[in-house]
Amino acid sequence: MTEPLINGVPASGLPGADAAAGDGAAAPAVNADAEQAGEPAVVQSVAAVRGPLALEAVSLDKVFKLGRGKTLQAVRNVSFGLYKGAVVALVGESGSGKSTVAKLLAGQERPTGGVIKLDGQPIDIRGGRAFRKYKSQVQYVFQDPFGSLNPVHDVGYHLTRPVRLHQPGNKDVRGTVTALLEQVRLTPAAQFVVKYPHELSGGQRQRVSFARALAAEPTVLLADEPVSMLDVSIRLEMLNLLDDLRTRLSLALLYITHDIASARYFADEVLVMYGGQIVERGPAEDVTQRPAHPYTQLLIASAPDPDNLGSELKSGYAAGGGAARAGNVGPAAAGCPFSNRCPLAIDKCKQENPALQLLTPVRAAACWRLDVAAPPLADSAVSPK
Amino acid sequence: MAPILEISDLSVAYRSDSGDVHAVEHVSLSLNAGEVVGLCGESGSGKSTLAYGAMRLLRPPALITSGSVRYSGRRITHGGEPVDILSMSQRELHRIRWRETAIVFQSAMNALNPVLRVQDQLLDAIQAHLKLPRHEARDKAATLLDLVGIPRDRLRAYPHELSGGMRQRVMIAMALAADPEVVIMDEPTTALDVVVQRDILSQIVELKDRLGFSVLFITHDLSLLLELADRIAVMYAGRLMETGSSQELMREPAHPYTRGLLNSFPALHGAKRELTGIPGVPPDLRDITPGCPFIPRCRYATGACSAVDMSLAPVAGTPAQAAHLTACPIVTPEVTKEASQEEVAS
Repeated sequence: MTEPLINGVPASGLPGADAAAGDGAAAPAVNADAEQAGEPAVVQSVAAVRGPLALEAVSLDKVFKLGRGKTLQAVRNVSFGLYKGAVVALVGESGSGKSTVAKLLAGQERPTGGVIKLDGQPIDIRGGRAFRKYKSQVQYVFQDPFGSLNPVHDVGYHLTRPVRLHQPGNKDVRGTVTALLEQVRLTPAAQFVVKYPHELSGGQRQRVSFARALAAEPTVLLADEPVSMLDVSIRLEMLNLLDDLRTRLSLALLYITHDIASARYFADEVLVMYGGQIVERGPAEDVTQRPAHPYTQLLIASAPDPDNLGSELKSGYAAGGGAARAGNVGPAAAGCPFSNRCPLAIDKCKQENPALQLLTPVRAAACWRLDVAAPPLADSAVSPK
Repeated sequence: MAPILEISDLSVAYRSDSGDVHAVEHVSLSLNAGEVVGLCGESGSGKSTLAYGAMRLLRPPALITSGSVRYSGRRITHGGEPVDILSMSQRELHRIRWRETAIVFQSAMNALNPVLRVQDQLLDAIQAHLKLPRHEARDKAATLLDLVGIPRDRLRAYPHELSGGMRQRVMIAMALAADPEVVIMDEPTTALDVVVQRDILSQIVELKDRLGFSVLFITHDLSLLLELADRIAVMYAGRLMETGSSQELMREPAHPYTRGLLNSFPALHGAKRELTGIPGVPPDLRDITPGCPFIPRCRYATGACSAVDMSLAPVAGTPAQAAHLTACPIVTPEVTKEASQEEVAS
């Protein structure tokens, strides 16, 4: 089997218009024109061993016009592929551009540069029959199950509508809806069809969202923080359900999250975004256990770690000790977007934006100081999981 | 030493036409001076109701049906008998609020007034609770921002000009305005990124050590508490299921619910564990069955569970004066061993 290769093209980026975490940071609305230095590395995706390439993003750009001549580059030169039956996680803080990437792929926003390809065919996001077909193939699951269902309609309405829209020849709409509900384990289905969103728990609502996305019989599912609004005890069940669905239906899944620990368990490949660009990518286990980019290292050091009982938190770690922790600072306007927070930054980092460099055939990171930052990776496995 | 805040046997119900919702049922929890106590539970478990009830911040239809909340701050009691917050008059309450017990509210996005500058909101809090001349109050506002690491020039900023993390810091600064002895933090970092979250948490701990207040930290994220809190109380369906030190909860969780929670989140370090999670959904508080509310989701549930009175008792095998308490008398370490042996056998 020939494995598709994807380009990982990095570039400088800026605070994104990512509203997913509800943390609308007052990011500086400036524009930078730092070009990436050097040729982008060609990374082989570990997700490719799961199945054929379904959706491909090639050098996606998104520039938002802010008025008065100001622009904001939310996404710059982002490239990756989604493979049938595989999970690719997109990890980053709010404002990193991860939701904008999902919106570009979902066709909600038009990219200002780059190409989206579905099954090898470039997509023209301007409407028309081909685009409608694309829309049914690529479905989106929203973060907030409390906001994404219409409170005046029951579950049955939420599911019959997409079935009628996307499966026009379907004679047994009712049976299909029942099957959908069973697929997301809302049983007995007859009981749930007549329920309204306010009668359901958060987890049940999110299951309805999954069922609604599946009603279009998609090949690609874009899940934007699908569990971050749910209680901890429910999250695992939802992730297991998603995992089960993508295996059974052979879905290509993009899992957007700020919880890198869940990406470790759930994803094949992890893409770490910062300031609108991919700063590191590779097999999930490898990236989380041996992060190479200083930003990924910060992200992993910051995640709550229950095993870390003798934590620096309890011993009264002095706040603001490291420059990297200064969470108030947005991405740098020039050079590497992380350079203004990076403890390893040198003058070169502030001037030139690094390209993704290959660490192993399946791993890459965009950093000038990889010789200092990255752990030895020579022995890392090439196989996924 | 007497605890600074002692909640005993507190029950809160929400009156509704379809019957009372027992949001908090006979909960006892104490907070010692200089301590961080974590209160952990899912949404709807009653953790916020417990804290707001103890501070008399709930309005009808919420009703405190039993209990007492004894506060023994130095400035109020002068080393004498503790005062009961639940039996206070409105005037006495006014003296306690913010001056003695402050709250960092859940969503800084909504808790700050969008049309007022940061300075005016800080001044509001300062002038309502401390009688300071205007220029001194201004200085105080600036000092408060220094305290939480926000540059002074942001005093004139509006909330929308601040990032989420900065807004949360302003909320913390505001809570510390009158130098309180108890600070209740209701999910202060839930909407924030992990990096900002850690930053703020370490700042809270640092301020706590410096200024000497106690923290009741409410969150749904047990993994966070294990790192942050000295003691943890786990709440489910309005009841405390287990209390103990972070170490005890992490190493020897006694209650099946706590075990389920610990087995619900993926770990970032170490070997990958098999995660089991907790099947099922939280119960409807209008319709509580007798005994333990966790029965429908509990893998160890037996017929005896419906007779459990949900009072906290020391975990079997620990000394009687130990602080590790569980509401489950059924699941002892022996039961767990038997269950895991059965699993191996089958």
